[in-house]
Amino acid sequence: MNSFTYFRAHEVAAALTEKATAPQAKFIAGGTNLTDLMKVNVEQPHHLIDIRRLPLNKIEETEENGLRLGALVTNADTAYHPLVESRYPLLAKAILAGASAQLRNMATNGGNPLQRTRCYYFYDTATACNKREPGSGCSALNGYNRIHAILGTSEHCIAVHPSDMAVALTALDAKVNVTGPQGERVIPFPEFHRLPGDTPNIDTNLSPDEIITAIDLPTKGFAENNAYLKLRDRTSYAFALVSVAAALELEGNIIKEARIALGGVAHKPWRKPEAEAQLVGKEANPENFAQVAETLLAGAQGFGHNNFKIELAKRAIVRALLQAAKMEEIS
Amino acid sequence: MSNTTTNYIGKPASRVDGRAKVTGEAKYAAEFPAPGLTYGVVVSSAVAKGTITKIDTAAALSLPGVLQVFTHQNRPGLAWFDKKYQDEDAPPGTPFRPLYDEKILFSQQPIALVVADNFEVARYAASLVEITYETEPHITSIKNRLHEAYTPKEYKSAEPSPRGDAEKGLAQAEITHEAEYSHPSEHHNPMEMHASTVVLAEDGTLTVYDKTQGVQNSQNYITQVFGLAKEQVQVISPFVGGAFGSGLRPQYQLFLAVMAALELKRSVRVVLTRQQMFSFGHRPATIQHLVLGSTSQGALTAVVHEGFAETSRFEDYTENLVNWSAMLYKCDNVQLAHKLIQMDAYTPLDMRAPGGVTGLYALECAMDELAYKLDKDPLELRLTNYTNIDLSKDNPFSSKELKACYQQGAEKFGWAKRNPQPRSMREGKTLIGYGLATGAWEVNQQKSSAKAVLSPDGQLKVTSATADIGTGTYTIMTQIAAETLGLPLANVTFKLGDTALPQAPLQGGSWTAASVGSAVKAACEGIQEKLLAHIRNLKEGPLAGVQKLEEVLFADGKIILKSNPAQHMLLPEVMRLAGENFIEATVTTKPELRQKKYSMFSHSAVFVEVLVDEDFGTIRVTRVVSAIAGGRIINPKTARSQILGGIVWGMGMALEEESVMDQPYGRFINHDLAEYHVPVNADIHDLEVIFVEEDDDIVNPLGVKGLGEIGIVGTAAAIANAVYHATGKRVRDLPITLDKLM
Ligand SMILES: Cc1cc2nc3c(=O)[nH]c(=O)nc-3n(C[C@H](O)[C@H](O)[C@H](O)COP(=O)(O)OP(=O)(O)OC[C@H]3O[C@@H](n4cnc5c(N)ncnc54)[C@H](O)[C@@H]3O)c2cc1C
Ligand code: SF4
Repeated sequence: MNSFTYFRAHEVAAALTEKATAPQAKFIAGGTNLTDLMKVNVEQPHHLIDIRRLPLNKIEETEENGLRLGALVTNADTAYHPLVESRYPLLAKAILAGASAQLRNMATNGGNPLQRTRCYYFYDTATACNKREPGSGCSALNGYNRIHAILGTSEHCIAVHPSDMAVALTALDAKVNVTGPQGERVIPFPEFHRLPGDTPNIDTNLSPDEIITAIDLPTKGFAENNAYLKLRDRTSYAFALVSVAAALELEGNIIKEARIALGGVAHKPWRKPEAEAQLVGKEANPENFAQVAETLLAGAQGFGHNNFKIELAKRAIVRALLQAAKMEEIS
Repeated sequence: MSNTTTNYIGKPASRVDGRAKVTGEAKYAAEFPAPGLTYGVVVSSAVAKGTITKIDTAAALSLPGVLQVFTHQNRPGLAWFDKKYQDEDAPPGTPFRPLYDEKILFSQQPIALVVADNFEVARYAASLVEITYETEPHITSIKNRLHEAYTPKEYKSAEPSPRGDAEKGLAQAEITHEAEYSHPSEHHNPMEMHASTVVLAEDGTLTVYDKTQGVQNSQNYITQVFGLAKEQVQVISPFVGGAFGSGLRPQYQLFLAVMAALELKRSVRVVLTRQQMFSFGHRPATIQHLVLGSTSQGALTAVVHEGFAETSRFEDYTENLVNWSAMLYKCDNVQLAHKLIQMDAYTPLDMRAPGGVTGLYALECAMDELAYKLDKDPLELRLTNYTNIDLSKDNPFSSKELKACYQQGAEKFGWAKRNPQPRSMREGKTLIGYGLATGAWEVNQQKSSAKAVLSPDGQLKVTSATADIGTGTYTIMTQIAAETLGLPLANVTFKLGDTALPQAPLQGGSWTAASVGSAVKAACEGIQEKLLAHIRNLKEGPLAGVQKLEEVLFADGKIILKSNPAQHMLLPEVMRLAGENFIEATVTTKPELRQKKYSMFSHSAVFVEVLVDEDFGTIRVTRVVSAIAGGRIINPKTARSQILGGIVWGMGMALEEESVMDQPYGRFINHDLAEYHVPVNADIHDLEVIFVEEDDDIVNPLGVKGLGEIGIVGTAAAIANAVYHATGKRVRDLPITLDKLM
């Protein structure tokens, strides 16, 4: 860990100005990911801009009858917020499936989607990693890749994005509100994260000088029929091997709309509009769900240790959809 | 003595150090302050094998506050012979010497120590040390290398001793089972990282606060390596935040901190990082080949157990891996082998129930598989082959209530409800499985000393240089002392973890209760004798005329005349009349010779229920009943905690734990607690511990067998067997993660 200087911002503008004067600085919110990475020398900022006190700490209803989640509201406060619980239970479930109670009390809504991969090699500076050190190589390709991606990979990086919350936000078509030197803009959640391509060092389409101010949830929350299924190596406090955020709008047994996002399988939460379209007008049943699973996993490729994820993901999709359709108990 | 208020042995008592621990008053090795303390941070090797060709410390040294960067190039000259580096728990070979030369023997080898006058600067400076290596090809796996295995010259515990003719036994067998079982390396990962704070006094003497399971082992190591006299080094370790074997050998932070303190003439603290906790001893990976032969009725005709285990290039680490297969069941023909395969990694180290937990995992899974082949209940199979004699030594057991464990465990668990057919019990998509396994662990008593001092205010202070690695030593020693002298618990303090105190063995092998407990009891009996000597001189008063100890009772804070309990005296009264300010006794106890005629083991029967998701292979251990025959239970509360901890760890071993060796780098790659999985609360459901009655007057005067390890043995096999019963799929390579079941 290197030595660093520290500035606490109380206004968004002040944080942006500070960042402009020290472009290598990092924003710090809950600090649950950034400080870990600093301790192992993966992140080495010389200056920290603490944004924890920015006035972005509320959950409010939007004009379009949606919900605005302040970037600095904690994951815990978000998951247990009455409006989130009642209108967006899928999000609450996904958040609560992640990390631990202690971490969720610190982690923020802005920091969560920006947490970095848990690839072992990314965390260990004794190894080569294109995400950490562009051009050094990818150790996971021929190394131990049990937790790695099966979709959207590149020869430069096969890491997965570890967030659970982001998987639900992707399924819900949330929007990320950001402010930067150029002003404000909105990034649709499914476009927030990137595939690795030949720049795996860049995780998202957020520019380093922009701040996430809030995440907007649209009106539609799929509160009636949804499920977040997370498969992992222990019952809690482990990242997903595969996770599925599933949401359905049903009329009787007929699907009017479907949303499916996968976690643990790619560099970003994985969604495929054509797969979802495939379900529209169909009956909610295991056969149709199995078909959509095939579509979602089309082109999936394992790297040895993680081959099992392909079949696991298919089964998880079916189960999550069955749970969302209330055709299956949630265990 | 059963109706007295000071009858503590066998009764639950809360930890006497509990309050100190939860309030933070208890201090650990890295928490002791010292004036002018400096901080050392270790730089670890990035490669597994090779040579350091260049080490550039200029940038680190140029930081304000950095005092020195120690490397192999500037370290002081130290002891020459290997023997000097061999600690009490060192296996045969050439012990690793930190900063010895430019050779890299394992990944994360300590290659530099940066010392600065504050921790943050030291840590930053450590990241600036630049090392250039010339790497050599390394080998860090034992898979596919069984042909390279060799028989070590020396075994730590008993050498594998075959009996009968296994080949003949197999030829006679009507049913055979043959299979290979394996598990990966695992690390101890105690909560507290290894740390040493070395405080240098003006006269040059050292007070060392070390994380260790034996202060005297650390002291011997330091004095030998640095050529110091014992008077110059005091090692103190009052509290240990878990160790599980990792503190049985002095770890390199101790060497580095002492070296830096002597060189810089400053007090120094070195604390390892969580990542560096993966840089030394660990449970060795093994591959075990089992062959069982039996009659069609299930009587074993042959047992073959060959174990292959990793060791380092520089030491031959062995543990009791295969001998269990010679003692647990009745069988005339047993063939055993325990061979080693070298890797470019650090030497393995005892980890909770070393060898037992892994060897019995293989044997007990094999027994389960045999049971299915025989179409016999696995419990029946064990009973068919039950033995009251340890056939490996032809000795009777000092006691063995394993049958009671099977019976009480099976009843509590509801074993009878098990449908013998695999994959026959289910609820929807959830497959249900029952499994069982047997556990055993050696009982040992070691030479130990303790001192007891009774003061005129009725306070008793008992001391011994043993450790409390979280096992409850403080508490049970207090109980033993209080009961022996009939004093209230509150009047007794027990002190440990200091080389100034009477000699005690390393805290390992589950022998502390037996060894130090015997010494504590004897020291308190020494006080009884001295009090008696004074009582004999009394011409008048309630105890006048008493000649022998048998005539009195030490209870309720008093010395009571047995023939007339209304006649009694307080202990301080006797002292006052005798004109004594203090009464003290120091006693050393050793195992009695007659123990040699017996085999001494604790046993367990573990019953497990698992629920397995049919589609995903996710496993939940919903019920465990562990029935323990562990001799006399001094404190059912701390005893139960020991067993619960063992069960939970057994679950980790069965389902989660694995130090993943990245082969291209030759490096444990999941080196933090986010990725090295141990069970979390949500994994734990219904755990039940039964202590069956077991009287044993052979093992030691207290009749205790020790409980630190038996709880983990058997658990992993029982879970693996339950998973098979649930799914019909046999996974013989731990941990049983969901991908292996899909
Ligand atoms: C052991 C462990 C287990 C975990 N398990 C899970 C899990 O199972 N599932 C899961 O989803 N997560 C898990 N987490 C991760 C946890 O959810 C994240 O660490 C947390 O959400 C990050 O939020 P933070 O506010 O602490 O971010 P910080 O650490 O403060 O910041 C993370 C990054 O985001 C940037 N940043 C933060 N806020 C903003 C903002 N408003 N605008 C612009 N940039 C910003 C920072 O500069 C930094 O680069 C786990 C973490 C740990 C340590
Ligand atoms: S998968 Fe990505 S993060 Fe992991 S080593 Fe390769 S480049 Fe680095």
